[in-house]
Amino acid sequence: MSKINTLEALNKAAKKGQEALFPAKKIRINIGMATNSIAAGSKKVYQAIADEINTKHLKFALTKTGSMGLDSMEPLVEFIVPNKPKLSFAKVTVDKVPALLDQVINLNLDTETPFYRADEQENILTGEKTAYVKGKVPRALSSIPMMEEIPYYAKQVKIATRNCGVIDPENLEEYIGRGGYFALYKALTEMSPDQIIEDVIASGLRGRGGGGFPTGWKWRSCRDAKGSIKYVICNGDEGDPGAYMDRSVMEGDPHSVIEGMIIGAYAIGARQGYIYVRNEYPLAVANLTKAVAQAKSAGFLGKNIFGSGFAFDIKISKGAGAFVCGESTALIASLEGKAGEPRAKYTHTVEHGLWDRPTNLNNVETWSNVPVIIARGGKWFSGIGTKTSSGTKVFSLVGKVNNIGLAEVPMGTTIKEIVNEIGGGIPQGKTFKAVQTGGPSGGCIPESLIDLPVGFDELDKAGSMMGSGGMIVMDNTTCMVDIAKYFVSFLAQESCGKCTPCRDGVRRMRDILEDICAGQGQEGDIELLKDMADAMMDGSLCALGGSAPNPVLSTLRYFQDEYEAHIRDKRCPAGVCKALIKFRVVADKCTGCTKCRKVCPTHAVKGNRKEVHEIDQTLCIQCRACYEVCAFNAIIIE
Amino acid sequence: MNSENEVQAKVKEIVDRYAGDKSALIAILQDVQDEYRYLPKEALVSIQQQMNIPLSRVYEVATFYDAFSLKPRGRFVVEVCTGTACHVQGGINLLETLERDLHIKCGETTEDGDFSLERVGCLGCCSLAPVIRVEEDVHPYLTQDEIPRILRTYMAKKHGRKRE
Repeated sequence: MSKINTLEALNKAAKKGQEALFPAKKIRINIGMATNSIAAGSKKVYQAIADEINTKHLKFALTKTGSMGLDSMEPLVEFIVPNKPKLSFAKVTVDKVPALLDQVINLNLDTETPFYRADEQENILTGEKTAYVKGKVPRALSSIPMMEEIPYYAKQVKIATRNCGVIDPENLEEYIGRGGYFALYKALTEMSPDQIIEDVIASGLRGRGGGGFPTGWKWRSCRDAKGSIKYVICNGDEGDPGAYMDRSVMEGDPHSVIEGMIIGAYAIGARQGYIYVRNEYPLAVANLTKAVAQAKSAGFLGKNIFGSGFAFDIKISKGAGAFVCGESTALIASLEGKAGEPRAKYTHTVEHGLWDRPTNLNNVETWSNVPVIIARGGKWFSGIGTKTSSGTKVFSLVGKVNNIGLAEVPMGTTIKEIVNEIGGGIPQGKTFKAVQTGGPSGGCIPESLIDLPVGFDELDKAGSMMGSGGMIVMDNTTCMVDIAKYFVSFLAQESCGKCTPCRDGVRRMRDILEDICAGQGQEGDIELLKDMADAMMDGSLCALGGSAPNPVLSTLRYFQDEYEAHIRDKRCPAGVCKALIKFRVVADKCTGCTKCRKVCPTHAVKGNRKEVHEIDQTLCIQCRACYEVCAFNAIIIE
Repeated sequence: MNSENEVQAKVKEIVDRYAGDKSALIAILQDVQDEYRYLPKEALVSIQQQMNIPLSRVYEVATFYDAFSLKPRGRFVVEVCTGTACHVQGGINLLETLERDLHIKCGETTEDGDFSLERVGCLGCCSLAPVIRVEEDVHPYLTQDEIPRILRTYMAKKHGRKRE
């Protein structure tokens, strides 16, 4: 690639990118190819489309994009037909491919019904919209719902995930075609470092990794810190189970992170940056590595960027599977090649960080917001969201909810809107019980608080936290004691062991919760858990230990009755804890199909074909296999 | 088994990639593990000698991070996702079924060296929960009764037979 070191060269690249995004003479096909899309079968669909194009010599531009967001509808395939609305098809399977291509070419959608159509594409960096449609929408397509009419999309505003599912993440020109690197040009040629920091402060942007510390002020402290060598780090060690928005950005739009980092480095005065990526994200590592190489050959990294005299470079470092490395000081230790143990924070990393030099660390989503803030101005950004939490937040909406996927919404959107409108409510006629936010450091928000607007302070007040944005929906068949046990067990495995309150605290908490779930809870356990929580919060060295009791405290705060049912009545109201439940066959529903008998690993299910089955309680190990396979709901939990 | 000389030569090649950078220890261990699928003792000793880092520190890092294994792993590594979404959908039952069917505990390898059973934090395939991953394949929406069939697929693969 030739150097892009002038505005003219940037415009030229943008034009090429736009031609790829809106081809004039052929149909562009986008297929979401994020890690989870591939697991849902998108690679096979991609291959089937590629084969069809080859054998029939079709004129298509077949493109792999990142995550399109709505994972439960994967594989998702989009068609951008010149001058016509963009058509999106959900749950595409290999056998449908020939008919699908045929019908899209002829715009005669007999059997294949699009999920939605889009008439224009918004560019959040410029605020402009580009029309897909020239003239009128063809009548055959006018009855297809518009993207904005689908409840899942209606309330979303995409800033951090602006390019995910839109561009080919391996194509730099497409990123530039969507306005990419123009903010960097503006920052380096028109703004002083102080102006940039002022703008980021004005935007009200707060760290999206969990802490919610104001980003601009962090940059200010690092800029003001003494020392000529400074570093910026991108924390891509997204470890909260159930949160994968950072992976989607790294996989689907790696240049947005890189551009944000270059702008930040210029503002702070750093010449070297690091991206620390979680080991379990091979595709993210691959796409980031490629993007860094592209940025180098284009001249966005290296010496004298855009002729400004500013030099900056980025290295990518892979984590090695330690949750605690999401904590900033542990991450820095890991970058230095040591075991990832945190240190006490009486010295701030903005003054003494990597190699004891001033270091500014932000997470993936924070960095990817930066170019938009520079392009549109801090004031514009602060107009989105709430007074204390500006902008948007990407949530991964998972668990017992109909629409599973990523949702980027303005701060201040209520949990009810997220779960019921974007998420489409709870499946299988069950009822909403709680939503867990903030990962293992967070807590559960009960139904009584469903109108809570999401924001850093609102979630804190409710006993949970924003965290990295995992949102796990739970229904009436989720046991809250079991959930607390799950998170504490996770932390017991991940505690680095350096300080006693965390190391021993989480293990003892786990033991107590295991006892309660096993029907061996005792009077006084609840009080003991609360006492231990206080000690851990006061005495732990880092945030992992300090916030470890949150899952226990928040479930105790809203669901103490469930703990009491376990301890006093030896009963698990949700029917989850194995020692406290029994499986029984309902005689008038059982057809004697023997399916459950075959699957039972301990031969506890008895009964001949076409006779009502029975479960021998002395042999049953409560593995649920029979309950899962029964097609007649003839097995119940008591 | 890998001869000591062979391991030393391989480790030297890997260490040289990082031009003596001591902070690259984790990356070097990752490369060694990519080569052998675990960290052989001889390799750790060799890293100590070539990088001039105390063996205790090499061992500390190798045992601190979950991604490293000091024991040889099986031909197929079965990873059970224990992320929150998989947990609320009953993922733990899959782990217990696998333990019963493979006659090993989580973290162990079968005697014939075919399968290792491990748990993994979150694969980020929450829309497909509960899932397990074997090699590159993520198996979605799993129920316990599907486990034997999946294990048979990999056994067939080992014997070079194609079978769905």
